[in-house]
Amino acid sequence: MNDQLLWYTTRAAGAVSMIMLTGVVVLGVMSTLRATPRGLPRFFTPALHRNIALVTLVFLALHVVTAVVDPFTSLGWTAAVIPFSSYYRTFWLGLGTIAFELLLAITVTSLLRGLLGHGAWRAIHWLTYAAWPVAIVHGLGTGTDAWSPWLFTLTCLCVGAAAFVVVYRFTAGSTDPLAAQRASFRAGVDRRPDR
Amino acid sequence: MSNDLSLTVDRIRCDGRGLCAELLPEMIRLDDWGYPIVAAGPVPDHLLPLAQRAVSRCPVLALALRRVDRDQ
Amino acid sequence: MTRLRLLSGPDLSLGAESMRAHVQRLGPPPMARAVLLGAIERSGLTGRGGAGFPVARKWHSVSAAGSAPVIIVNGAEGEPQSLKDRVLMTTRPHLILDGALIAARVLRAAEIAIYVGEHHHAAWTAMAAALAERPEPELRRARMAAAPARYVAGESSAAVNFLSSSIGTPTSKPPEPHTAGVGGAPTLVQNVETLAHVALIGRYGAEWYRSAGRRGAAGTVLLTAAGAVRSPGVLEVEAGTTVAEAVEMAGGAAGSPRAVLLGGYFGSWVDARQAMELPLDQAALRQAGYGLGCGVVGVISEHACGVCETARIMAYLAGESSAQCGPCFFGLRALSEACSRIAARGTNRDDLARLARWSSEVRGRGACKHPDGAIIFLQSALRTFGDEFATHPAHWRNHPSPVAMQTA
Repeated sequence: MNDQLLWYTTRAAGAVSMIMLTGVVVLGVMSTLRATPRGLPRFFTPALHRNIALVTLVFLALHVVTAVVDPFTSLGWTAAVIPFSSYYRTFWLGLGTIAFELLLAITVTSLLRGLLGHGAWRAIHWLTYAAWPVAIVHGLGTGTDAWSPWLFTLTCLCVGAAAFVVVYRFTAGSTDPLAAQRASFRAGVDRRPDR
Repeated sequence: MSNDLSLTVDRIRCDGRGLCAELLPEMIRLDDWGYPIVAAGPVPDHLLPLAQRAVSRCPVLALALRRVDRDQ
Repeated sequence: MTRLRLLSGPDLSLGAESMRAHVQRLGPPPMARAVLLGAIERSGLTGRGGAGFPVARKWHSVSAAGSAPVIIVNGAEGEPQSLKDRVLMTTRPHLILDGALIAARVLRAAEIAIYVGEHHHAAWTAMAAALAERPEPELRRARMAAAPARYVAGESSAAVNFLSSSIGTPTSKPPEPHTAGVGGAPTLVQNVETLAHVALIGRYGAEWYRSAGRRGAAGTVLLTAAGAVRSPGVLEVEAGTTVAEAVEMAGGAAGSPRAVLLGGYFGSWVDARQAMELPLDQAALRQAGYGLGCGVVGVISEHACGVCETARIMAYLAGESSAQCGPCFFGLRALSEACSRIAARGTNRDDLARLARWSSEVRGRGACKHPDGAIIFLQSALRTFGDEFATHPAHWRNHPSPVAMQTA
């Protein structure tokens, strides 16, 4: 019964993490696009993004810990930090490790953003676009019930939502009101020799 | 007011997102185009934690708390 | 009578003075570091780029930064009405280079860059040719840099940014150029006229420099007389010369003067009666609430329309914003549009109220002084042409007034 509990917790925490991570991605894109629901203050979207991200980490930690200590998988702690080092479903689990570490890096740098500076923080934050799909593929490849109807549907909804916002983000123009004029002025005073 | 910290804005980095004015309306308001007008002078002690939060929440880190020289 | 100093020597129409003629006339450039810095300090020389900052103090802050500095010889002259820097570069390039050499030796500079407008071909040619004539190692290593043809390109941080990254836009401060400028090195940005004065102070000393000057001011100043004067152009006058005296030297006013633009677009309008008495000296003008700026003395006559002139200049200044800071770009554009509406369609209470409100809101909220300069200019216009702004008719109802002042 105990091992079953750990096993169920791992799978449940994994599914919840996936849903929450998708929400984080959606809110992150909304923050970049300065999209806040009418009537709500502007800080709402970035703040919710931040708070859900932190809660996601809790579920992610639960997912990782229960998976590692589960006697059925006998993963060992190294599998949680070194990708592709487990015997159990090596490749798919390795993807999970990668996604986990990327998310850890993104979170830590976000918490230390004031010290790092905006440029460095932003560069690392772009890794979100790698971390999320890797996590989804990990789930599909290693999840026991990944292909069960309910979880598969959930995964598809998450992929749909994320794909929608990401496409929107990259096709929408800059939300900086000065983007066009700034670029045009700069083009006139940029004297790089290779131009 | 026992501190000498003032709010400064990196005007080039700021792109008028307006979170600061929501998080610290006592000292920051927005002009007609959405850019912050910051009240001059040191930040009062009771507002310092709110100012620090506004600084950390600026999406582009344009807002900062700086020690200002008295004789500047 | 004014003794020419910067502009003494062969007639200006003969073009650039060669190295040989320069050395023959003035002797070789001076050498002793300690003596030079002391002389510049005692002379009280202030910068001629517009800000009027004491030169010795600037040099001290650059050398205090520690590492080997970079010197930018600023001949960008972005101010459209100003001609003095170009005239100096095309006729006395070696004076400027002497000044740069002195600065490099005193500050133990690693590098000298000569920053000239890419569209100022005569000045570029003259400076490049003069540079090629110089034997000194500091100048043999010096490089020319072509400033983009924009108003803000001559601003200190824009010059630094251009030399560091090839992009001529102003940057946020801190850090100030004298702390961290080109490639992170402490940088001295000095106007060409200032360096020309340094070249002469280095040879003849502080007391000689201070021997010229009227009404308690010291030294000489290059001015550009513009607008409604009979002989517009560059003049060298003793500091402390009044505006009236300078206008006389420029052939006298053409028509009855209404107002004077002191310092160019970065300066202020002053009512003619008050302006004529003002001494052209940075310290005295500061006390009166004005500034010498880049030395432009622009006269407009009673026939011209101060409102229309102001609207045109505001439109120019708004267009020259580098669009990096919201308050500057949107604020100056809004102010300029309000001025244009008053000029074209007649005065209205709302626009006057907007001018007042936006002026006070936009000031000080840019990364550089461009919006501040434009607003000081506008506020001086509202003071000087207050009646005209309050009662301006729509121009399509009247005949248009002649264009009195040149924009770029």
